Amino acid sequence: MSRIAARLAQRQGEGRRALVTFITAGDPTLDATAPALHALVRGGADIVELGVPFSDPEAEGPSIQRSSERALAKGVTLADVLHVAAAFRRADADTPVVLMGYLNPVLRMGYEAFAERAAAAGVDGVILVNLPPEEADAAQAALATHGLDLIFLVAPTTQRERAEHIAARASGFIYYVSLKGVTGARHLDVADVERGVAALRAVSDLPVLVGFGIRDAESARAVAARADGVVVGSALVDAMGERATCPERIPAALESWLRPVREAIDER
Amino acid sequence: MPARNDPPYAAPDAAGRFGSYGGRFVAETLAHALEALTSLYETLRDDAGFRQALAEDLSRYVGRPTPLYFAQRLTAQVGGAKLYLKREDLNHTGAHKINNTVGQALLAKRMGKPRVIAETGAGQHGVATATVAARLGLECRVFMGATDIERQRLNVYRMELLGAEVVAVESGSRTLKDAMNEAMRDWVTNVDTTHYIIGSVAGPHPYPMMVRDFQAVIGQEARAQCLEVEGRLPDLLVACVGGGSNAMGLFHPFLDDAGVDMVGVEAAGLGLATDRHAAPLNAGSPGVLHGQHTYLMQTDDGQIMETHSISAGLDYPGVGPEHSHLKDLGRARYAAATDAEALAAFRALNRAEGIMPALESSHAVAWAMQEAARRPASDIIVVNLSGRGDKDIHVVAGLGEAGTP
Repeated sequence: MSRIAARLAQRQGEGRRALVTFITAGDPTLDATAPALHALVRGGADIVELGVPFSDPEAEGPSIQRSSERALAKGVTLADVLHVAAAFRRADADTPVVLMGYLNPVLRMGYEAFAERAAAAGVDGVILVNLPPEEADAAQAALATHGLDLIFLVAPTTQRERAEHIAARASGFIYYVSLKGVTGARHLDVADVERGVAALRAVSDLPVLVGFGIRDAESARAVAARADGVVVGSALVDAMGERATCPERIPAALESWLRPVREAIDER
Repeated sequence: MPARNDPPYAAPDAAGRFGSYGGRFVAETLAHALEALTSLYETLRDDAGFRQALAEDLSRYVGRPTPLYFAQRLTAQVGGAKLYLKREDLNHTGAHKINNTVGQALLAKRMGKPRVIAETGAGQHGVATATVAARLGLECRVFMGATDIERQRLNVYRMELLGAEVVAVESGSRTLKDAMNEAMRDWVTNVDTTHYIIGSVAGPHPYPMMVRDFQAVIGQEARAQCLEVEGRLPDLLVACVGGGSNAMGLFHPFLDDAGVDMVGVEAAGLGLATDRHAAPLNAGSPGVLHGQHTYLMQTDDGQIMETHSISAGLDYPGVGPEHSHLKDLGRARYAAATDAEALAAFRALNRAEGIMPALESSHAVAWAMQEAARRPASDIIVVNLSGRGDKDIHVVAGLGEAGTP
C-alpha cells in the first residue's frame, strides 16, 4: 500500500480527517524548506505538498504567485525541489510527500526521468494543475511505473460525466477545488462545498480532500466536517514569506499556526 | 482556378491538436467552459444566421473588405518582386484584431454572458475588445502588463474612453504573458458570467481554431483580390508573428495552394544571438504554456523566459500552436527581424507610400523588403499590414535614427 493510501486509511479508521499542507519549495530558501516540512508534521500535517515554483502560475492567487517568484529569483529548479524532498524523506519515512506545480518543468525534464527521480527522492504523488485527464496518459503511465499517484482535481464546474471519467482514472485521492477562483481566494461557501463533495462521492470511493480558500481553523473545521480532509496553503506561504529575513523562526511559527487547525478538524 | 491540394489540409482534430501541438492544458475549473464554448462555436460556424450577422458586422462596422494595395514606389525602391500590402490597418480601430473580437462578442451574446475580459500587449486587442463591448453593452475588463502600459499609453486612454477597465498587471515580467495569466485567473473566478476573448490564435482549444477562423477573412479576401488584379495567386505571403493571428488569418486560406510560400516573421529584438528577443519558432523549443503545447522561449528547467521586442504586440514567449505545426510540416517558414530592421521599415514605408505601419507589422515589411530584392520582378509578394502605427509614434520619436534610445 502506498504511503498516501496508508495514511488516509489510517485516519479514516480513526474517524479523523486528514490535514494536508502546501508550501513552496525554496521560499524563502532551499535550506529552510525541509525543516519547515518537519515542523508542519509536528503541527499535525498528515500529508505535505511541496510546491514546485513556476514562472506562470495561472491558477494561483497573489500569495503563492509571490512565493513562486521569490523562489525562482533564487534560482530554484525542479531538481532542487527533488533534493529537498529527498532530504525530508531521510528524516521522515512515513509522511506522504506530494509535489504540486505546473506541467512545463516536468515535461522539460521528461516524464520518465522525472518519475524515476521523484520516486528515488521518496515522493509519493504529483499534482499538475494544468494537466487535465485528457492530456495525462503519458505522464500517468510513467508515474505509475514508479509507484507514484497522479492526483487529479475536480472543480465546482466539473459536470457529472466528466467527474466519472476523472474518478475512473484517479488514484491516491481526489483534490476537490472548493470554489471558482484561485488559491487563497476569500469567497469560500461551505454549502457549495458540501454539494460538490456529495456529488463526487456518488461517482468515486477515493478519499476527497478539499483545498483553495481554507485559511484558518474555523474554515478548516467547517470544510473538514464535509470531506475526508482539507488542504491549507496560502496562509502558510504568507507566514513563511513574512519571516524571509529570519528563516530560523519559521518552523516554530508554522507549528504553532497549524496546531489549532489540527485541533479544530479533530474536534469538528 | 489554381490547383488545390487533395486531400485538403485539415486541423485541428477533435481534441484541438495540430499534429502534436495545441490541446487544452488548463485548470479543471475551466474545462466545462471550454467544452461549452467549443460546442457552441462548432454549431454556430455553420449556422446561416450567425454567418450573416458576422458578415454584416464585418462590412458595416469594421469596414471590410480591406484593400490589397500595390506598393509601387516601395517596389521600385527595393528593386525586385512586386510588393502588395493587405491593408488591415484600415479596419475600424486600426488593426486586424477587430475581425476576431466582433466574432467572439457575438458568441458572448449568444451565451448570455454580460461581461468580457481580454489580455492585451500593444493594446490593439484591448481596444478592439473594448470597442465591441461598448457597441453590445457588455462590461469589459482588459489586463495589460505594467511595462506595456508605459509604452502604449494612447491605447490605454482609448480603452478607458470606451468604458473598459484597464488593469495593470505587476506580476512576472509585466508584459503580455503575465496579462494572459491574470486574465485566466479572472476567468476562473468569474467563469459563469464572463467570456474570455483571447486575442490571438493561442491558448487552449478552441481558441487557436476559432480565432484563426475569424481572422481567415484576411486570406480569403487577399486570395480573391490577387486573382482579380494579377490573374494568379501570389508566390509568397509574409506576416509578423507574435501569437500569430494576423499571419494565421492570411496563411490559412492558402494552405492548399502548393505554389504559395508563406513566411512568418518573428521579433528578433536585439538579435537572435542575444537572449533579448521574442522568437520561439526560431530559437525556442516545445513546451506547455497558457493551455497549449507549442514552441516556447524557456530555460533548461522549463521556466518561461522574459522576452524583448520593441513592439509590445510581438513581446510574447509562445506562439499559436498551428504555427508550430506548420513549421514542423515545412508548410510555412519562420524568419525574424530585429528592432532596428523594423524601425527602418517603419520609416521606409512612411516615406515611400505615405503609410504608417504598426511596429509589429513593420517586422513583416522589413523582411519582405529584403526578400523582394532577392526575387525577380515577375514574383508577387503579399505582406499583411496588420495594423497602423499611430500608437507607436512616441516610441519611435524617442529613438535616434539608428533605433537606439
